[in-house]
Amino acid sequence: MIEIEQSGALNTVQDLGRFNFRHMGVSVSGAMDALALRAGNLLLGNDENAAALEVQLFPFRMRFLQDSSIAVTGADCRATLDATPLPPWWGCGVRAGQVLELRYPRSGARGYVCVAGGIDVPLVLGSRSTALRGGFGGVDGRPLQRGDRLALGESRVPPLPVSGIGIEPPDSALHAHFPRNSAGDIQLRAIPSGEYALFAADAARFWQQSWQVSNQSNRTGYRLAGAPIFPSETIEMRSYGLIPGIVQVPPGGEPIIQLSDANTAGGYPKIAGVIEQDLWRLGQVLPGQSIQLIQSDAREAIAIEQEVARWLNRLRLSCQPLRKALTV
Amino acid sequence: MPVMSHSALQPASAPALACSSDIKLSTIGARAWLVEAPGGFDLPAQRRIWSLARLLHADEAIEALIPGVTNLLVLFRHIPLDENAVRKQLHAAWDQAQAISPQGKLIEIPVHYGGEHATDLAAVCHHTGLSPREVVRLHHQSEYTVFALGSAPGFGYLHGLDPQLATPRKKVPSLSMLKGTVTIGGAQAGVSALTGPNGWNAIGFAELTVFDPLADSPALMAPGDRIRFLPQRIEL
Repeated sequence: MIEIEQSGALNTVQDLGRFNFRHMGVSVSGAMDALALRAGNLLLGNDENAAALEVQLFPFRMRFLQDSSIAVTGADCRATLDATPLPPWWGCGVRAGQVLELRYPRSGARGYVCVAGGIDVPLVLGSRSTALRGGFGGVDGRPLQRGDRLALGESRVPPLPVSGIGIEPPDSALHAHFPRNSAGDIQLRAIPSGEYALFAADAARFWQQSWQVSNQSNRTGYRLAGAPIFPSETIEMRSYGLIPGIVQVPPGGEPIIQLSDANTAGGYPKIAGVIEQDLWRLGQVLPGQSIQLIQSDAREAIAIEQEVARWLNRLRLSCQPLRKALTV
Repeated sequence: MPVMSHSALQPASAPALACSSDIKLSTIGARAWLVEAPGGFDLPAQRRIWSLARLLHADEAIEALIPGVTNLLVLFRHIPLDENAVRKQLHAAWDQAQAISPQGKLIEIPVHYGGEHATDLAAVCHHTGLSPREVVRLHHQSEYTVFALGSAPGFGYLHGLDPQLATPRKKVPSLSMLKGTVTIGGAQAGVSALTGPNGWNAIGFAELTVFDPLADSPALMAPGDRIRFLPQRIEL
């Protein structure tokens, strides 16, 4: 068991998502930075899909009611265990009674607290992710709050050493594959979508400008602020299925990138789709920061996907022997 | 995967509509393809979309099929290496897809028309030029077909609204429309699934839960179901 001692609204239990009920209007939900969740779970010997705590409002504090192991990944949340700082992307054994605290991130937006065995909330529609809008999954379909006691799943691997082991964050380990522009903004690769041709006159502006992620951005989607783009004609769209990463343009001309908690259907014109391999980076962007969209294609998406798979595989292979050597 | 069970599907009594024009294909990201049926917002087009979903259901390479309104989102498990092969596959499946008419169940929904929750009845009257009584009459006299579920868990996009009642979605959505609100959005009808922001026009209210995540069959409605609204109370 773990007990939540302090939490802002909107910190939730998330796994990789709820994928099999989209045809019924059920959003995918799931970790905004799926790569951080996967890596944290790998470090612990968990299933990659094990549920963890997604922390996006700080400070966040929790107490362990049993011995266990943790991996804290994602944003650099200046984590402390009993007031002793932990490096970012760090896993270690913990003892019953110890207190983990995450504070406002030095960089990034969302921290992930993965625990050996995973957070054992009930599976709802095949997932432990919190569906905030639907009000189910996670802890009774709501954000974490003070006093919540969460059970842990069973771990089948030995605990991590108390001294801990680290992972090189993907930001640096994979930096060659995840570019930034000269201003330091992250560049998200996107593939032109259905109504792209309608925006031909404004296409240069769409790709070249830095879009600021507005304050009206959350797990549902990011609204981009900048010089607006308009279609050559207004068309009425029938509602169509959509997936996280889709870039839609509402009448005001400022795009929305739909994300984990997005509706399953929508009707705004779609100009592009951010490749899934880049969505974890978006999950670490804070409102007020800027991003650039760059034109991409399926071939590039496959190449990035392979690089990420290779990195995760190296992590998988290196964790086990390392864990054994350090546990002895 | 689509919600229609095979046993619920029967060939349409009318022959498939001969469509001279072809589907429109586009991508969302690297592994999702949107198939848009040619033609209008009508039942023959939607029946072929259901049929297409049924045909593609068996394909192991496909992770999810999300029917929309006269369109189908096809999400592949892996990023397809050959876009042309996908185009060919989807065109071939469309050619093969015969309109099917699922023998959907009939769902009767008692409605309290007008009253405090019908916040947009006046706007619908203003737009359509009809009296409140006529709006209510035309709304409950139609039989509707569930085209697709989406937007919110269990929310059904309903086809069959009398064209005279079509009213554009609101420019400024209601911030907190109650679950169960009976609405008109453009040429479609609906019953809101969740309490929250909503851009459709509210004309009545129904005590109705359309989704229960813990039930064996979580969604009340399924594509192909027929809906009738019963005027339980009219408060104008």
